[in-house]
Amino acid sequence: MSFFSHLGKYFIMLKGMISKPENSKLYWKEFMHQCSEIGIGSLGIVCIISLFMGAVSALQTAYQITSPFVSKLIIAQIIRDTVILEFAPTLICIVLAGVVGSKIASELGNMRVSEQIDAIEIMGINSKTYLILPKIAAALITIPMLVVLAMVLGIYGGRLTVGLSGIISTETYDRGLKELFLPYNVFFAMMKAYTFAFIVSSIPAYFGYYVKGGSLEIGRNSTKSVVVTCVVILFADYILAALLL
Amino acid sequence: MIEFKNISKRFDDKQVLQDVSHVMYSGKTNLIIGTSGSGKTVLQKCLVGLYEVDAGEIIYDGLSFTKMNDEEKKMLRQQIGMLFQGSALFDSMTVEGNVKFPLDMFTKDKESEKIKKVNEVLERVNLVGTNNKLPSQLSGGMKKRVGIARAIVLNPKFLFCDEPNSGLDPQTSMLIDKLIHDVTIEFNMTTIINTHDMNSVMEIGNNIIYLKDGKKEWSGNSKDIIFSENKNLNDFIFASEFLQDAKEMRMLEAKGKKG
Repeated sequence: MSFFSHLGKYFIMLKGMISKPENSKLYWKEFMHQCSEIGIGSLGIVCIISLFMGAVSALQTAYQITSPFVSKLIIAQIIRDTVILEFAPTLICIVLAGVVGSKIASELGNMRVSEQIDAIEIMGINSKTYLILPKIAAALITIPMLVVLAMVLGIYGGRLTVGLSGIISTETYDRGLKELFLPYNVFFAMMKAYTFAFIVSSIPAYFGYYVKGGSLEIGRNSTKSVVVTCVVILFADYILAALLL
Repeated sequence: MIEFKNISKRFDDKQVLQDVSHVMYSGKTNLIIGTSGSGKTVLQKCLVGLYEVDAGEIIYDGLSFTKMNDEEKKMLRQQIGMLFQGSALFDSMTVEGNVKFPLDMFTKDKESEKIKKVNEVLERVNLVGTNNKLPSQLSGGMKKRVGIARAIVLNPKFLFCDEPNSGLDPQTSMLIDKLIHDVTIEFNMTTIINTHDMNSVMEIGNNIIYLKDGKKEWSGNSKDIIFSENKNLNDFIFASEFLQDAKEMRMLEAKGKKG
């Protein structure tokens, strides 16, 4: 199947999921369930990665700034900007492509192979609307929240490290954070977070929804969905940086 | 009643169905039989609209299904129940959740009324007290019965069963057959069953269509099969010596009654 066939089928899937819900209460329940699965389910890994991401950034930045003529405040600024601009949105979403994306692809793939999707269609329910839309909507709500949390924890991880290792004092670090702060960077990071959230949920949904075969194909499609999602995230990252910075 | 005329379906180079026509009656168990790969499942999936037909027409109670738009098809499907070969129960839901799902989606009944209805249907399929069990905790036969309960909970006019006896022991198969046959009569449904279980054919085959290589080769009922001279059908139905002997005995019995 060519790239354009996949792309066309992907957009047809997205178009197909836009329809009036048969029972909004049940769709709301499914949406809340997905919020819990995607948001709460990824909370632990996001916290761990964010703290270490900030901590390692602090050590490596301090290691590279050797000149006595450079203000130590810049360590905090570099950590802040790299965490906000790149690490929190991009790195976290790449991790979520593995955690959330593979789960979405394998869940839908299993439902397809075991005819559960057919059963939903036979009942007169739009399976795309019921199964895919709540996942994408939940990702669009929870992933940006996780990214904000990652920003806070990443910067806090840096603060803990510089304080504990004595690179600079925490007061100096806090002062550095406030200097030359551009609120636009947060806006840019959030634009990335929303774009990546859509990619992380919709691409694995496509690979899972259209699985053909058995359990082997579910595994293959799940892996393929993570790889494609990561590549598309990096590509979108470049496009957004080129357009918005 | 479901009528289909000159149904054809092709996948890439393979012609799976060719000019298949038949009428499936309400209040009867209509069987589609044939060897593996003969097109039974594809025909059934075409009838419910999971596959689009390349040619031909499908008519549900006088309404052309092939000419309906998506919204009309969606409305009609709410009158269709289907039992899948692997039961297709939702793994994350309990038995009660599975059976209640169509009620939650399409009715505005109170929760207590829905539970009452679920319990009634579970009683009908002899699964009282299994409400809180997950599909993974059920045997194959129980899963099929939950599948039937979910399919009939909205009192559908049309019931489709794709190989309801596959993977079941003969005794459980007979129970499932009887259950499907009984609910068909009770709710006056048009029931269409895909099977290659000979016991089902002989016990509940009110109206049978035999497919071979995607074409309709023979049609009739379970009594007609005994006297059929269609070689392909006889080779398929009475494949073993035991079944051939059974056929001869039935024929002798019939002749004896006539004499």
